[in-house]
Amino acid sequence: MSVTNLLENWSQFRHKHPVGDQPHEEYKWAMSIDLDACTGCNACSVACYAENNLPVVGKEKYSHGFAHHWIRVERYWDADGRDFPDQGAQFLPMMCQQCEAAPCETVCPVGATNHTADGLNSQVYNRCIGSRYCEANCPYKVRYFNWYDYPTTDNVWPEPMNQQLNPDVTVRGKGVMEKCTFCVQRLTAAKSNARTEGRTVRDGEVQTACQQACPTNAISFGNLVDPEAMVGKQWMQQQVQLDKDKQAKDAEEAASKLRGYRILEELRAYPSVMYLERVRESAI
Amino acid sequence: MTKDIREDIAWAKINKDVLKSLEAPRKLYWVIIFIALAMIGVAVGCEIYQYQTGMGVSYKNNSHVWGLYIATFIFWIGMSHSGTLLSAILHLMHADWRKPIYRFAEAMTTFSLMTAGLFVLVHLGRVWMFYYALPYPSERWIWPNFQSPLLWDAMAIFTYLSSSVIFLYVGMIPDLAICRDNIHAGWRKKLYTLLALGWEGTDRQWRSFRITYLTVACFLIPLAVSVHSIVASDFAMSQQPGWHITSFPPYFVAGALYSGCAAIITLFIILRYVFKFEEYMTLPILKKTARLTFAISMVWTYLNLIEFASVWYGHDQASKDVLIYKATGHYAPFWWGMMFCGSIVPLTLAFKRFQTNIPVLFVVSILLNVGMWLERWMIVAPTFANGYYPWTWDHDQWPSFVQWGIVFGSFGWFALLFMVFCKVFPSVSMYEVKEMVYHRSQASKKNGLATKGAH
Repeated sequence: MSVTNLLENWSQFRHKHPVGDQPHEEYKWAMSIDLDACTGCNACSVACYAENNLPVVGKEKYSHGFAHHWIRVERYWDADGRDFPDQGAQFLPMMCQQCEAAPCETVCPVGATNHTADGLNSQVYNRCIGSRYCEANCPYKVRYFNWYDYPTTDNVWPEPMNQQLNPDVTVRGKGVMEKCTFCVQRLTAAKSNARTEGRTVRDGEVQTACQQACPTNAISFGNLVDPEAMVGKQWMQQQVQLDKDKQAKDAEEAASKLRGYRILEELRAYPSVMYLERVRESAI
Repeated sequence: MTKDIREDIAWAKINKDVLKSLEAPRKLYWVIIFIALAMIGVAVGCEIYQYQTGMGVSYKNNSHVWGLYIATFIFWIGMSHSGTLLSAILHLMHADWRKPIYRFAEAMTTFSLMTAGLFVLVHLGRVWMFYYALPYPSERWIWPNFQSPLLWDAMAIFTYLSSSVIFLYVGMIPDLAICRDNIHAGWRKKLYTLLALGWEGTDRQWRSFRITYLTVACFLIPLAVSVHSIVASDFAMSQQPGWHITSFPPYFVAGALYSGCAAIITLFIILRYVFKFEEYMTLPILKKTARLTFAISMVWTYLNLIEFASVWYGHDQASKDVLIYKATGHYAPFWWGMMFCGSIVPLTLAFKRFQTNIPVLFVVSILLNVGMWLERWMIVAPTFANGYYPWTWDHDQWPSFVQWGIVFGSFGWFALLFMVFCKVFPSVSMYEVKEMVYHRSQASKKNGLATKGAH
């Protein structure tokens, strides 16, 4: 325990800015979401609740803004003058973007949120003291705080719902921050299996819960480093590059045929989720 | 202009008057103590409820993750700055009118920092784990995150608090010796004997004392500026619209001095009455403080306008939207209230006849601090209500009684600490007042001789 130790080890493990940083070697988990395929059915959200032991906070707390949906399906009504039920809407599934230069990571006073070697933005529940600075600095506001002690006091999983809790995932007590992990428990298991067999994880071998549940296959997920991976091909096809804050699409003056974009890219958080723009006008 | 202080006050009378404040304050003193205790009771009740149930009872939510706690935290940190201004900066500038009032200003610094520190704890989701934010050596090699402005904050505040306690204490040593020599036997005599460190007033002691005091003063000034700059960094270093503004550090420092000066006026008036300090806390000194406050209020107004202008003429649309939202949205009454209290109300201080009018000054100084509290709230809340991501906009959020109760109680906590201090320690610096009287009488003698010589 010394200052030398601090300086050497800290910088060794610290992930730097993606521009000019070391490339990810084995894994870089990334996602792409085809908004044209998304029907706004919310199956992804439900699957996430089941997979990640998210507390179901109930109507009243939901209306106070205490919802815990790690993935939320945002609905944007068309403003073309038509009224409901004729009014159209567009949907956008939103979860933690696992930014490469995440604004949440630098501000955490205790280092509870960090970048992993495989490009995830991790959250260490045991380390979190609940300053909520990460959520304050998150441009997407996709972090969810445990405002109450849900597992014990709020009956968020009434009998027999508690039987469906996922044993691979911890339940979080009050006062810690949580967010989408890209189903890190599945990733870890898959990596571990692959390592035993002396290979890397194959594309399609691991799915996130939301991807698995999506009836229209709008979500694809995989290893961006793997040239065979679907998600990498999509990113390549759309000419979206992880370490750029302006993509080929932005440079084209006329309407581009490229559909890929990342949300709030100009903030240079370098998110790991690419969205494919809607082609049809409206989902409904 | 009348004199800051009478030049013919006998030194024994100074001792007597100040020591009397340790014994027999007016009845109002006990009323204040009682109200303060009641207010603390409210806050403690709210905190226990919040601790037991979870942060949710304060009605913050996933878009409004920060609320009144952070706003009030900045308010109290800001309040602490004028003590340093009066005692350290004006000390270096040889402005001797500060002498009768700097001691309580310095105490105000210390106690408002202590109050601010509590808000950090109250704000935390897991307050029982607060020590994770301290860089203590751990076998697991886990350090806090040195990149986080919140960590700088914790360190800056702790340094500032410890330094101002030292400064307050060092400056009090000669007075503690006077107390020790004059007070009747009892626990206080023992306390003063201990704290006076065997002060006898020898030349050597005075020389060491002066050097120490000056050194700590010089150390404290950059510290005070850096503390509030770092608090400003909590916001300026983040990426959020309405926070990511380069001029925040000086703006925060100006705001801090401003609210501190206003608080000095308020406390000046209360102390003057409660402890019968009319002889020392004179109207000409109040007038000078009022003028100082006026000057700082105009600096604050100017920096405020600069901030608006840079946002308005910048190309960051999100920041601009937040500014427009502040002025026209749900927070508009409070935002305009801040502009009114912070920039319009201080204009009364420009008029000579109000500069010594105690009721007017009392009301004005309180309004100024209301304005400054609103300012902090208007920095924190609208950014959450109207940030980058429209889907999470939440314009209806309103703090619950838990937040209000703790904010309310913090004023009681501050008042209690402050009032107890004033009763236990001399809140007017006896030795410096004597110096002031001495220098002034020497100067007027000299002037008198010079006038005579001219004839």
